[in-house]
Amino acid sequence: MAKLRTRNHKVVLARSAGGDTGISIILINLGLFMFLPMWYILIQSLKPLDELWMFPPRFYVISPTFKNFRDLFTLMNISWVPFSRYIFNTLLTSVAGTFGHLLLASMASYALAKIKFPGREGMFQIVQLSLMFNSTVTAITSFILMANLHWLDTYWALIVPAWCSSLGLYLMKQFMDTNVNDSVLESARLDGAGEFRTFWIIAMPMVKPAWLTLIIYSFQGLWNAGASMYIYSEQYKSLNYAIGQITAGGIKRAGASAAAQVIMMLVPILVFVVSQSNIIETMGSSGMKD
Amino acid sequence: MATKTAEKKATSRELTKMQWKLKEAKQNWVAYLMVAPYMIFFTLFTIVPVVFSILLSFTDFNMLEVPNIVWLKNYVTLFFDDDVFLIAIKNTFIFAVIVGPASYLMSFLVAWFINELPPKVRAIVTLIFYAPSISGQAYLIWATLFSSDSYGWANAVLLKLGIIDTEIAWFQDEKYVMPLCIIVALWTSLGTSFLAFIAGLQGIDHSLFEAGAVDGVRNRWQELYYITLPSMKPQLMFGAVMSITGSFGFGGIVTALAGFPSVNYCAHTIMHHLEDYGGQRYEIGYSSAIAVLLFLIMVGANLLVKKIISRLGT
Repeated sequence: MAKLRTRNHKVVLARSAGGDTGISIILINLGLFMFLPMWYILIQSLKPLDELWMFPPRFYVISPTFKNFRDLFTLMNISWVPFSRYIFNTLLTSVAGTFGHLLLASMASYALAKIKFPGREGMFQIVQLSLMFNSTVTAITSFILMANLHWLDTYWALIVPAWCSSLGLYLMKQFMDTNVNDSVLESARLDGAGEFRTFWIIAMPMVKPAWLTLIIYSFQGLWNAGASMYIYSEQYKSLNYAIGQITAGGIKRAGASAAAQVIMMLVPILVFVVSQSNIIETMGSSGMKD
Repeated sequence: MATKTAEKKATSRELTKMQWKLKEAKQNWVAYLMVAPYMIFFTLFTIVPVVFSILLSFTDFNMLEVPNIVWLKNYVTLFFDDDVFLIAIKNTFIFAVIVGPASYLMSFLVAWFINELPPKVRAIVTLIFYAPSISGQAYLIWATLFSSDSYGWANAVLLKLGIIDTEIAWFQDEKYVMPLCIIVALWTSLGTSFLAFIAGLQGIDHSLFEAGAVDGVRNRWQELYYITLPSMKPQLMFGAVMSITGSFGFGGIVTALAGFPSVNYCAHTIMHHLEDYGGQRYEIGYSSAIAVLLFLIMVGANLLVKKIISRLGT
């Protein structure tokens, strides 16, 4: 019989020291590969100009400064379209896109997971199949479609497609399958609650981790959206695009552009930090059956 | 069970299967109401564009003239008369064959390595590995690290060590563009599948490991092969789909780092070819054929890998 030991009150198989060391070495190296570029972004934003152009470049900063961030805000103030407009655009599309998605996808997931009606298998299969290709495939025809809907150069072109993201529905449906108890729903129905009421009052509170996950995925996508082929007018463009324009300003804006990169990356990272445990919980039921 | 008894009832009432379905549908009309909003938009923005692409790929539509049906001409041109497309296919496969499996393996191994760490430490390590994939355009930092002047980290180090004596223009040199883009793609690739693996590993019933240890599983590799992998097959499947789809769709990184088109088309992918003909030359029929091929390649690769995984351990 193999050697056993306990860890966190659980009995586990004894691990060989050699294996532990090997794994630690691999993990640390991979970790540095992932972490150092992120660290470098942060450090660059805190470097005064003379340190930004120092040879050789350093992964630390000697006299850190927030001047780059101040420069960034100055640059924002002199942009042709007021910068608040870009912020408003990104916030509007993120919020409207995310909440529409959450509502539509949860409602559909509830029906697909918890009501036995003809056609549900087929519908879910198609959504699952659509996880297997990305939006590049549909880009050209979607553009023609948007043109025919007269949605080009409007917020609709950014918001509505976000409503029907297939990953969100997939994760929500799988989560409801495993985490919403049928007998609870049954008793609610016996008490005379209709399906909409059962969905909203009983099922939705039981899937909080999943809706947080949907919100975060949808928000990340919309927040990171850069220039869209559907939008021409400057006043409808996204924050990410506007920041990209500042970054494109070349050498004399190196400091401000480093600061901009930090701001753009910190938002999704912070959002993930506060919701990590919920997302992992949702992923627990993400498995795909064949 | 429920459907079986239901079916029995149906035959006893001498309803045909069709009539029963109809009855079931009528009883559950609310369900259709609930899926309708999502399914309508999903159809409009996912199904319709795919079907439409397939139809357009048999025409010479160019946004200006009335389209003619040209049958397979677009496809024939792509394979026999478009050298750049052949480069694009080759590059797309190189990217996908390297980045797909590598990111999948890396996601799984890292998730597995950190599985036994205390929860707080695990959360921090998860963040470190996951952060690059959600940070938007953070990968642009690689353009700084590998910039063509001596202020780029790579050039500075090599110059200092005396390995090179003039700066290398990394993203303008055919030799380096592909490998560098692959490295950057890997850097951003620990995404959804990584999280799914972490969750899958956490969800394995611990008594399985205890039973395994009693039954003679001797080390962690046996444990991995006999217990861990079979227990998280559904997550492995979902992770594979996420990794494969991701590995075919990262042309954006190439455009941002190496420009469009890249030097001598050395990192030109199917996605770039599509963008070129669809977005810039408005040859919609031709670009639809490209889109259809990309669609078939992605879905085909996914179904193939799903089949392989479903046979794992059986």
